[in-house]
Amino acid sequence: MSIAFRVNGRDVSVESEPDARLLWVLREQLQLTGTRYGCGTGLCGACMVHVDGDRAFSCQTSLHEVAGRSVTTIEGLSPDSSHPVQKAWLAESVPQCGYCQSGQIMSAADLLAKTPNPTRDQIVEHMSTNLCRCGTYPRIVRAIERAAKEA
Amino acid sequence: MTIFALGSGAAADSAPDASGLDRRMFMRGAGGLTFAVAIGLPALAAEARRVDLGPWVTLSTDGTITIRGPATEMGQGSRTSLPLIFAEEMDADWSKVRIVRAAPIDAVYGNPGFGGVMYTAGSSAVTGYYKALRQFGAQVRLVLLDNVARRWNVPASELTTEASTVVHAASGRRIGYGEIAAFAEMPAKAPEVRDADLKDPKTFRLIGKDVMRVELPTKVNGTADYAINVAFPGLLHGAVLRTPVPGDGPAAIDDSAAKAVRGFIRTVPLPYGVGVLADSTVAALAAKDALKVTWTRKAKGWGFDSEKGLEEFAAAARDPARPSKPWETAGGGAAALAACASVHEAEYRCDFAYHAQMEPLNAVASVAADGSACELWVGTQSQTMAVTAAATTLGIGPDKVTFHEHLLGGGFGRRGPRDMEFVVDAVLLSQAVKQPVKMVWSREDDIRNGRFHPLTAHHMKAGFDAAGQLVAWHHRKAADVVTEFQDPVRYQKAGQKDFIGMLGAELKTYGIPNRQVDQITMDSGMRTQALRGIGFGPNKWAVEVFIDELAILRGADPLAFRLDLLKGSPRAHAVVDKAGRMADWSRKREGRGLGVAYIDYSGTQIAGVVEVSVDRASGQIKLHDVWIALDCGVTVQPDNIVAQTEGCVVYGIGLALSERITMVDGEVQQSNFYDYLIPRMRDVPAIHVELIATPNHPTGVGQMATPVIAPAISNAVAALTGKRLRHMPMTPDRVLETMKA
Repeated sequence: MSIAFRVNGRDVSVESEPDARLLWVLREQLQLTGTRYGCGTGLCGACMVHVDGDRAFSCQTSLHEVAGRSVTTIEGLSPDSSHPVQKAWLAESVPQCGYCQSGQIMSAADLLAKTPNPTRDQIVEHMSTNLCRCGTYPRIVRAIERAAKEA
Repeated sequence: MTIFALGSGAAADSAPDASGLDRRMFMRGAGGLTFAVAIGLPALAAEARRVDLGPWVTLSTDGTITIRGPATEMGQGSRTSLPLIFAEEMDADWSKVRIVRAAPIDAVYGNPGFGGVMYTAGSSAVTGYYKALRQFGAQVRLVLLDNVARRWNVPASELTTEASTVVHAASGRRIGYGEIAAFAEMPAKAPEVRDADLKDPKTFRLIGKDVMRVELPTKVNGTADYAINVAFPGLLHGAVLRTPVPGDGPAAIDDSAAKAVRGFIRTVPLPYGVGVLADSTVAALAAKDALKVTWTRKAKGWGFDSEKGLEEFAAAARDPARPSKPWETAGGGAAALAACASVHEAEYRCDFAYHAQMEPLNAVASVAADGSACELWVGTQSQTMAVTAAATTLGIGPDKVTFHEHLLGGGFGRRGPRDMEFVVDAVLLSQAVKQPVKMVWSREDDIRNGRFHPLTAHHMKAGFDAAGQLVAWHHRKAADVVTEFQDPVRYQKAGQKDFIGMLGAELKTYGIPNRQVDQITMDSGMRTQALRGIGFGPNKWAVEVFIDELAILRGADPLAFRLDLLKGSPRAHAVVDKAGRMADWSRKREGRGLGVAYIDYSGTQIAGVVEVSVDRASGQIKLHDVWIALDCGVTVQPDNIVAQTEGCVVYGIGLALSERITMVDGEVQQSNFYDYLIPRMRDVPAIHVELIATPNHPTGVGQMATPVIAPAISNAVAALTGKRLRHMPMTPDRVLETMKA
């Protein structure tokens, strides 16, 4: 069946099973490959996107759940990497392999949208949903603190 | 095209390089280094002239300097740092430098420090290429100077360079590299580079100064080019159900349920498993999961139980009658124990561990319908091993394989086995269906098919003389032979030495005069592989915990005990001393313990101190601070070294405390991040890193801090509780058991 929703400000209509996972619809039907597959079970956060402004594991989100709603992926966070979180990520040289970083950035942007000046404990609590095997956590904390200051 | 080749030796064969140059011009010199200078004279408008100054660099009249990067990028930064070393000696303006991937040709781009192979592993990129890239860069600079000297009719000795500019101070004239490209001609004989032609490190403009890694912007906007993102019309999706035990294969295949999966295309029986093809990744993985396969159960590993296996390994390490292979012998070896006034023994163990790189293994292959050629898209630690694996699978020459290099979503050793089995999966599926195929492993596949940091048991003995000096050391390690499984080619070349498993067991810097390290080779039939820290992981776990136990036995402070043993190794002494000062070692903390560990990791000197507390109800160890002091010689990109070290610490925490693979009847028991626990942000303490820059040849940093963490934690727990943890990982149940004992 056909399901209509909005992705990065654009209206789309996708032919798929209603229980298809948003992650794979984004990656393989809409070619938005910035959203990553890491575990498929909501444990790593590499697939994190925003749905109506709240972060969501796209691998755990069924297509029918986003019908009529607005999805933002890393590609839509800003047109030119100018979101304060993206700028801070470069300033602190956060990414190593980079594979998890779209999800990290989407989680961080969600945190700062709701808590513009988070404490260190709030950052750690919020960001512990997202795994980074390269171990960039110390820099993620610094980048979020920087983005909060510079936003 | 006029070609001037320098050096002596046999010419390489003549497949075209991606740069459009011909391989014949790349001559291999007596020193094993490749150098060639060539000048391209394409029939283009003058303003578009590009000069190929050998296989490494192309100079354009607009000033753009294109440098080829021979290392693959998995977050460690050598895609940037290697061209930067070249640019330093060429005196290039970094803002004009463009980095492109080098073609997969070992003879030209192979790592001089890694057997001449394009292999990004062992933290060997900067240390292996450093000297060669400086020489090549300097040679190009001399060619440019020579051209300007002739143009201006001045002695070359009066010319100097600034960033991408040649300067004649006497006349005040200046000319940009791009302008030189418009008239540059090559000398009949390329200039010889003497040590005096290399820059004085004090004048470095790039080495030692941080630049942004070139691919970083693509990693904050979603565009980074991992192979798992490859998509083009006609691409099918594949998945593979692989035998749980290496060397086995399918006996019977029931794919009736797989066929019912929407999007299923077909099943492909493979020698080692069963492939499925479908119209999407989701369908391929679902169809693979729906397969019912019985295995031939002929392979060695069936029946293996890792807990029982470890007991057998430990018994073998303990048993002096058990035959062993020598790894290191110094002085009188283990025989010196007999003359000691006191001898101490202890036993240490490590479980299997999994790489857990965030991008599951995958590859895209497109095999020509007649099987005569192949195109690959892959993130791999060795471009040439991937090409060879595909070529061997198809029975074609490597020159028939077109290779597209991608960023790696993590490597840690996993993307570097000689057989590149994940590439072969894609090649076989594409060959069967005569269409391009993207083959993706699920996370569950990635764990189930993992190639692990091996199970190890270590039996240690040490002896003190009557004066209380540590004079004799005997380390017997029982483990599977990692090198034989991971890389049979290098295993044979190395005279069947298991260097991947054994490196780090030797003690070069501690002043212990009589030493012996033996390997008892086990054969569990399980898959093993280098994992971040490689042999240093288990070996330094045993060494650094045992050293600590010996210090305590002698009533010595563990840090002072190490400093005393390291008197003859000033760089080693300095990092231990520094880590101690960073941690304020002598200050007692209520309810907290400090532990130290030190490693000479292939020349890099590194010491760490950790501060821990223990929740005695749950057995959970909590880390509060980690201090690391590191001397890797010249710091090519200092902030990146700090970043790598932070990452190493986080990785080391996981291996130390929670990461554990177990096997029952040869099958891996873990399946995803709920039962294989890698560190989250909340598990990571404050990490403090200080670099001690010394003028020594740069050595590796990509994994050096990882093996420091587990022994330092055990040592800290001992300092706090008086109880000794000797089995890694130090899971809460093991901690509770040890506290009760």
